[in-house]
Amino acid sequence: MFRTALRNLLAHRTRLLMTALAVLLGTAFVSGTLVFSDSVNKAYRDRTSRSLDDVAVSVTSTGGGPGDAGGLGTRTADRIRALPGVAAVRPSVTGTVVVADRHGESAGNEWGSTGANYAPAADGKDRRYPLVEGRGPASAGEVALDTKTAAKTGVRLGGTVRLAVDGPVMTKKLVGTVKTDDPRVGAGGSLALFDTATAQKLLGTKGKFEELVVTAAPGTDPNALTARVRTVLPDDAQARSGTELAAEQSKAIDEQTGAIRKTFLVFAGVSLFVGIFIVANTFTMLIAQRTREIALLRAVGASRRQVVRSVLIEAGLLGLIASAAGFVLGLGVAVGMRSLLGSNGAELPDGPLVITPASVLSAVGVGFLVTVLSAWLPSRKAARIAPVEALAAVDAPAGTRSLVVRNTIGAVLTSAGVAIMLYVSTLKNARDLTVPMAGSVLTLTGVIVLAPLLSRPFVHLFGRLAERVSGVSGRLARRNALRNPRRTAATASALMIGLTLITGLTVTAISADRGIDRMGDQDLTADYQVSTAGGRGLDPATARALAKLPDVEAAVPVRVTGFESAGDPAGIRGTDVAAIGKVTDLKVLKGSLSDVRGKHVAVSEDYARKRHLTVGSALPMTFYDGKRATARVVAVHSENDVLSDVLAAPSFVDPHLDRVRDQEVLVKAAPGKADGLRAPIRKALGGNPAVKVESRDDLRRSAAGDIDDVLYLMYGLLGVAVVIAVIGVVNTLAMSVFERTREIGMLRAVGLARSGVKQMVRLESVMIAMFGAVLGVGLGLFLAWSGGHLLRTSFPQYEMVVPWGRIGIFLLLALAVGILAAAWPARRAARLDTLEAIGAQ
Amino acid sequence: MSPMAAPTTPRTGAVVARATGLSKVYGDGATRVTALDAVDVEFRRAEFTAIMGPSGSGKSTLMHCMAGLDTVSSGSVRIGDTELATLGDRQLTRLRRDKVGFVFQAFNLLPTLTALENITLPMDIAGRRPDPEWLGQIVTALGLSERLAHRPNQLSGGQQQRVAVARALTSRPEIVFADEPTGNLDSRAGAELLGLLGESVRALDQTVVMVTHDPVAASYADRVLFLADGRIVDEMPRPTAPAVLDRMKAFEARGRTS
Repeated sequence: MFRTALRNLLAHRTRLLMTALAVLLGTAFVSGTLVFSDSVNKAYRDRTSRSLDDVAVSVTSTGGGPGDAGGLGTRTADRIRALPGVAAVRPSVTGTVVVADRHGESAGNEWGSTGANYAPAADGKDRRYPLVEGRGPASAGEVALDTKTAAKTGVRLGGTVRLAVDGPVMTKKLVGTVKTDDPRVGAGGSLALFDTATAQKLLGTKGKFEELVVTAAPGTDPNALTARVRTVLPDDAQARSGTELAAEQSKAIDEQTGAIRKTFLVFAGVSLFVGIFIVANTFTMLIAQRTREIALLRAVGASRRQVVRSVLIEAGLLGLIASAAGFVLGLGVAVGMRSLLGSNGAELPDGPLVITPASVLSAVGVGFLVTVLSAWLPSRKAARIAPVEALAAVDAPAGTRSLVVRNTIGAVLTSAGVAIMLYVSTLKNARDLTVPMAGSVLTLTGVIVLAPLLSRPFVHLFGRLAERVSGVSGRLARRNALRNPRRTAATASALMIGLTLITGLTVTAISADRGIDRMGDQDLTADYQVSTAGGRGLDPATARALAKLPDVEAAVPVRVTGFESAGDPAGIRGTDVAAIGKVTDLKVLKGSLSDVRGKHVAVSEDYARKRHLTVGSALPMTFYDGKRATARVVAVHSENDVLSDVLAAPSFVDPHLDRVRDQEVLVKAAPGKADGLRAPIRKALGGNPAVKVESRDDLRRSAAGDIDDVLYLMYGLLGVAVVIAVIGVVNTLAMSVFERTREIGMLRAVGLARSGVKQMVRLESVMIAMFGAVLGVGLGLFLAWSGGHLLRTSFPQYEMVVPWGRIGIFLLLALAVGILAAAWPARRAARLDTLEAIGAQ
Repeated sequence: MSPMAAPTTPRTGAVVARATGLSKVYGDGATRVTALDAVDVEFRRAEFTAIMGPSGSGKSTLMHCMAGLDTVSSGSVRIGDTELATLGDRQLTRLRRDKVGFVFQAFNLLPTLTALENITLPMDIAGRRPDPEWLGQIVTALGLSERLAHRPNQLSGGQQQRVAVARALTSRPEIVFADEPTGNLDSRAGAELLGLLGESVRALDQTVVMVTHDPVAASYADRVLFLADGRIVDEMPRPTAPAVLDRMKAFEARGRTS
């Protein structure tokens, strides 16, 4: 008896262990997210307050368009410097500077290649950039680099650094290395420092600054100082106090970390939701196994309420223990999230883990509540156990309670959800995502409720296959899977949820990816696109140099600016209209491109429709620089993503550009010469590290690469839900094996080999896993089909593509999951001692 | 109640199962328990043997060792020409499947399978088709023809045990072991089942070994073996219930004095 009791206890503990693990993982995800976002928030705030330490007032320009340095000049700086209470004024100029590493490539990433001025204070040093070696740059021929970038160039002090802004390659003498806490540099960028005059010449406008940072003399009230500074500012500049700045930044930080927190909590919520199925399943099974025990309790006088309470207390304790352990694991998750995001390119400052009482309480509270709520329905079942069941001699047959009510509810929910989604699929435009969201949730819920009904045909079909392959083990597995459709369905549903989301996201992402491909294919016919890092633009000489290369058929420069017409912002491109047809797929619908010259422009089809334009219409325009012009439409062309909304000759656009620069040069190779052209182009550009040369494949791949990165991040986040679902499969199988000990003993006695028992458990597991996977994939496809095309609103090239290869991989993985989940329960089943199993109570 | 043929002389034939010097020891040192102590026993074709004895006498262990459900500590067990003591788990499993039939006290049947599927289970495991004529004969003899499509929970206790008997007989095993087959049945259903077991011996030449503690059940057998302290202490041919009861009482008295 003792032995049986002990074995029961041990089995009991392992049974709850799986459930605890499911709750633990979900809670760990929640607490990891909370701790992670708190820590990142704190680290950002620390860094901000450090960098704002000595900022009393910040003066920035408000006027002008993009790229306009505005009206902050030396005179303003001098006026501020003369105010009482001002200790120092530090003028700053920043921009994009690409430094060549030892291989001639850009030392920093595209968005982090920074250039700035070194503005020494009275002591000859710039506090923002503490020197490590040498000195700050003092003349036009000198440069200082941050230590990391200096190492990448391999240049020592006194050596020559090659760098570029938006023109040709320059060489400067390296005179010093500095430290910096600039986040862009920390995240893989580079930093080049010049003396202020050189920086102004290279990065901005001569004699102008981007920002003036005012340091207060000790004992000065910063607010009063800010007010004083305002009195001497020109019209197009504004002054903000250090405290205002700090408040603005911390608001931005809260928004930024809040967004990450929200995203991760959604996925954590999915994991917890999946966990509900496991907890509910476990308690349903435990109560079924304890029917006699509970009936006995009722027979000797326990009330229904006491029975319910005892179940809920058990669940509560389990939830508390698992959540507490989950919180501890969550600290590890928080560290993991940082490196996960870090490896995806997000720059996160270092700092200690921040554990607030709120995050402890909410994580543990959520885990506890989820467990107790999940056990609530099963506890109602326990209350319904009649005292006479204690006396029943024979084990009650497996729950064959009618599913009629459940099926009816499921059918209603599913049809409502499907109807909504079918309606959504006819929508042209979706500003409001509530309807598709509601439809998806309704469909998913409906299918979960219907899953026991759906499991029958699936298991029958799959079971026939299994029976054909492995004979009697297959038949027994099928019968076992059908034995308690609720249990099979709940276990499979947990897996289904994860797979629905994974499939839906994959289909949408891959379809979007193909859309981007198609966009490139449709509109761009150039072989290479030459542009600059950071989008500062190319010197017009670049296009001329490229056009002279032997294998180049056309090198067409494109200049871009913006304008408003009747308050509606749009883009205008200036280009060589005669040659543009060689590098883009441009179909003229009305008029003729050859008439585009002077004030005569071409417009895209959509823009013409929007503004009611046709050939001969007048188009009044207000450019970003404030000047007005009226263009005449002479041609309408088909939609083209490379060229919109208005196409004009360069002479029309140039006067409104701050600096005449080509946004990009589109290069078409002579027939058959495209492949070898990259090296000659690079050479013609003087090996300039600031210039990007991208083939059509590169462009496509860079867009695809982003989508894949996001998709893999999603897989990682949804992976937790899938792992919990797999734990659920293990849990269900282990409990089933426990319940069926006698049967397994009997099977062994009448001649089923260990391998046959193993196969039986394994096949049941595979059936459950495949059922969940097939439902999930099917539902994911349906939701992606019905909802995905809403993306067309903002992305007309979107067209659903089903990535059958990947879906095949998901199904194969589900198969593997089924086999894997069965490993331990099948082993246990096969190892059961036949004699003990027959005798087991 | 199926009419028993008038008492006939058992047509006993060749030995189908034999144990020689069979010992089974559990535990070690202080906790060492000798369940079977050098037992020699033979079971012949078409013979119905009952094994009796008080609790802990080793009667169940003897059956388990003879049936290949348990390993032996020393000695030899043969079923047909096969020596069980040297077989591994895989071979024992196959032996049970092909050469041995089982009827347990309860939980004989898989609840997910119909009566017919339960009956043919050992053959399905072996991947063999049952002989339909033989199957029909057994099903009819056991009165199960109308019940074949039923699940176990739709059958009475007596019907369930008859399905178990049918399963044991269908694969034409060398020997059928029954462990308290009437333990969970009322006396009427029990008598019916024992009658059917006896008939399988007489009409089908089946060898049956039954463990029981019920003198009335034992009286259906051709002979009764009495076990005490792991040894066969007595044998009674053509037993009657009162004679068996007397013999049991004698053993118990002896047990109390020793």
